[in-house]
Amino acid sequence: MTAIATATPRDGRAPAPVRDRRRPARAHRTSWPLTVALALCSLTVLAPLYVTVMMAFKTSEQSVAGNAFALPAPFNPASFAEAWQLTRFPVSFSISVGVAALTVALTLLLSSLASYAIVRYWSHRFFRWSFVYLLASMFLPFPVIALTEIKLTALTGLDNPLGVAILHAMFQLAFSVLLFSAYLRSIPVELEESARIDGATTWQVFWRIILPLLGPMIATVGIFAFLASWNDFMLPSMIVSDPTLQVLPVVQNIFQSQFGTNYNVAFASYLMAMAPTIVVYLFAQRWVISGITQGAVKS
Amino acid sequence: MTQTLTPSTRAAAPTTAPGRRRRHGRPEPIAYLFLVPALVVFTAFVVIPALVGIFYSFTDYVGFGGWSFLGLRNYTALLGDPGIREAYGFTLGFSVVTVIVAQVIALVLAIGLSKRIRFAAGLRAIFVIPMVVSGIVVAYVFNYLFSNTLPAFATAAGIDPLSQSILGNPDLAWLAIVVVSAWQTIPGALLVYTAGLTSIPGDLYEASSLDGAGPWRQFRSITLPLIAGFVLINTILGIKGYLGVYDVIVGLTGGGPGNATSSVAMTIFGGFTGGDYAYQMANATVFFVITVVISVLQLVVSRGRNIRL
Repeated sequence: MTAIATATPRDGRAPAPVRDRRRPARAHRTSWPLTVALALCSLTVLAPLYVTVMMAFKTSEQSVAGNAFALPAPFNPASFAEAWQLTRFPVSFSISVGVAALTVALTLLLSSLASYAIVRYWSHRFFRWSFVYLLASMFLPFPVIALTEIKLTALTGLDNPLGVAILHAMFQLAFSVLLFSAYLRSIPVELEESARIDGATTWQVFWRIILPLLGPMIATVGIFAFLASWNDFMLPSMIVSDPTLQVLPVVQNIFQSQFGTNYNVAFASYLMAMAPTIVVYLFAQRWVISGITQGAVKS
Repeated sequence: MTQTLTPSTRAAAPTTAPGRRRRHGRPEPIAYLFLVPALVVFTAFVVIPALVGIFYSFTDYVGFGGWSFLGLRNYTALLGDPGIREAYGFTLGFSVVTVIVAQVIALVLAIGLSKRIRFAAGLRAIFVIPMVVSGIVVAYVFNYLFSNTLPAFATAAGIDPLSQSILGNPDLAWLAIVVVSAWQTIPGALLVYTAGLTSIPGDLYEASSLDGAGPWRQFRSITLPLIAGFVLINTILGIKGYLGVYDVIVGLTGGGPGNATSSVAMTIFGGFTGGDYAYQMANATVFFVITVVISVLQLVVSRGRNIRL
C-alpha cells in the first residue's frame, strides 16, 4: 500500500495531495454487510471442523442419529482412548512425522544444491539441460507411474515409510527447483565473488552465503513439501506393504469397514489426525500464508 | 519425454537467465557434486519407472512372469472400452465443473477480502485452513454429512429427493465429490487471486468511480482484465490437479455407486489387482500424454504472463 502511494506521484498522473487527504478518511469506512457476508461464507470452512469436534465427544448411540451439528449429550470423551488404540496413534503419528520430516529434509537438500549449481553454471549445457530434465516431473502425475513404482519399491525393499518419503521428495523436486532457481537468479553474483577473493571454497560459499539468503524460499519449499507429504493418502496407501507401518491419513480407513457404526470413535480419530496441522497453522498463519503465496504465485 | 519438453523450456531460458552469469567458464568438479545426486535419485525413482511403464504398455505383461509384444493393441482396446471411456468422461467432466465452481468462489472471496472489511486477516486465515488438512480425512467427515446428516435434515424438512444419501445415487454422487474437491482447493486459488488483486493500483478504481463506474463495471473493465493471467494459470493448475482426483473419491464413494464416480486414477490402480497390468499402463500413458498437453499449455501461458508483467 505505502509503496504504491509513494510510487504513483512520480508518474505524474494522479495529483498526490488530493489523494493523501482522502486516504485516511476511506480507511475508516468499513463495509459491515460485506464483513458479515464473508463471515457467513467462512462457516462453510468451519462447519466440518465443528462437526468433527461435536461428533468426537458424542456417545455411539447419539452419533448414529444423523444430526452432526447437535451438541454432545451426554458429553463422552472416552472415544479418544478407543481411537488412540485402534489407530495405534503414537505409532502412526510418529511415522507420519518421520515421513514428512524426511521429505522436507530431502527436498530442501537436493533441490537447493541442484538449483545453485544450475543457476551458477547456466551457461554450461549440462546444467541447463538438467534443469529441463528435472522439471519434466511436473508433467508426471503419480498415478501414471504408480504401478511400476509399487513393483520397484517392493523389489528394492523400499515398500515402507522410507520409500514413501523418497518418492514424496521426488514429486516435490521439480516445483522446488523451479522456486529455488527463480530466487537464486535474483541474488547478485558479486556477493559470492567477494567471498571467493577472501579464499572461500564453493562449498563454503553455498553454506555461509547462499543458504542464509535463501531463507524465505526455504520456508516456502519446506511448507509445500511438508503439507504434500503429511496429508497424502494415495502414495503411502499404494507403497507401504506392512499395514502396521502406515501413516496417519491411511490408518483412518479402518473406520470405513470395521466398527461401522462407531462414528464417535471415527471422528475422534479424524480430529486427532487433523488437529496437529490446524493448531500449528493457527499459530504460524501469517508466516504460512506468505510462504504459500510466494510459492503459488511463482509457479 | 525430455524431447517433448525441450522446445518450450529452451525458448524460455534466455529470458530468465541474466547475462552476467555467462562469464563463468568451466564448472568446478564440486558443481557436479551438487547436481548429480538429485539427477541420479530422480532418474532411478521417476524416469526409469515411467519408461518401464510405457514399455510394458506395448506388451501383455500381467505384473509378473513372462510377456510378449502386443504393439498398439492395448491402446486400440482402450478406445473401445466403455469402462475406460466412462472414467475419462467422468474425470474430465468433474474437472471442468470443479474448476469453474472453485475459481468463481475463490475469486469472489478474494475480491471480498480485498475490500474494506473488518477482521480481513482473521477471515483469510479461516479460509486457508482446508489447505492444511488431509483430503482423505475431510472426505470421511463429509461422507458422514452427506450420508447421514443431509438425509436426516431433508426428511425433517420434507424434501423427498434428498432423503436418501446422495452418495448412493449414481446421478448425484459426483456433486458431493465436486463440493469436497472445491472445498479443499479454493484456498490455493484464493491466495493466488489475493496476490493478483494487490498488484492492481488503487488509483484505477478511484479514477473509474469518479467517471461514474459502478462495482460491476469496475470488475468487468478493471479487475478481470488485470487478473486474467492469474485466472488462466489457476484454471490450468486446477484442471491438472482435478484430473488426478483420487483421495476425495476414496473417502466419499470409493468410485461407486457401480462405477459412476470412478476416476482415471482409480482405473489405473485397478491394474495392480485386476490382472490387466499392461492394459492399465497403456491407460496411464494416455493419461500422461493428456497431462503433458495441459502442462505445456501452462508453461506457454506462464511465460506469456511473465513477459507482460
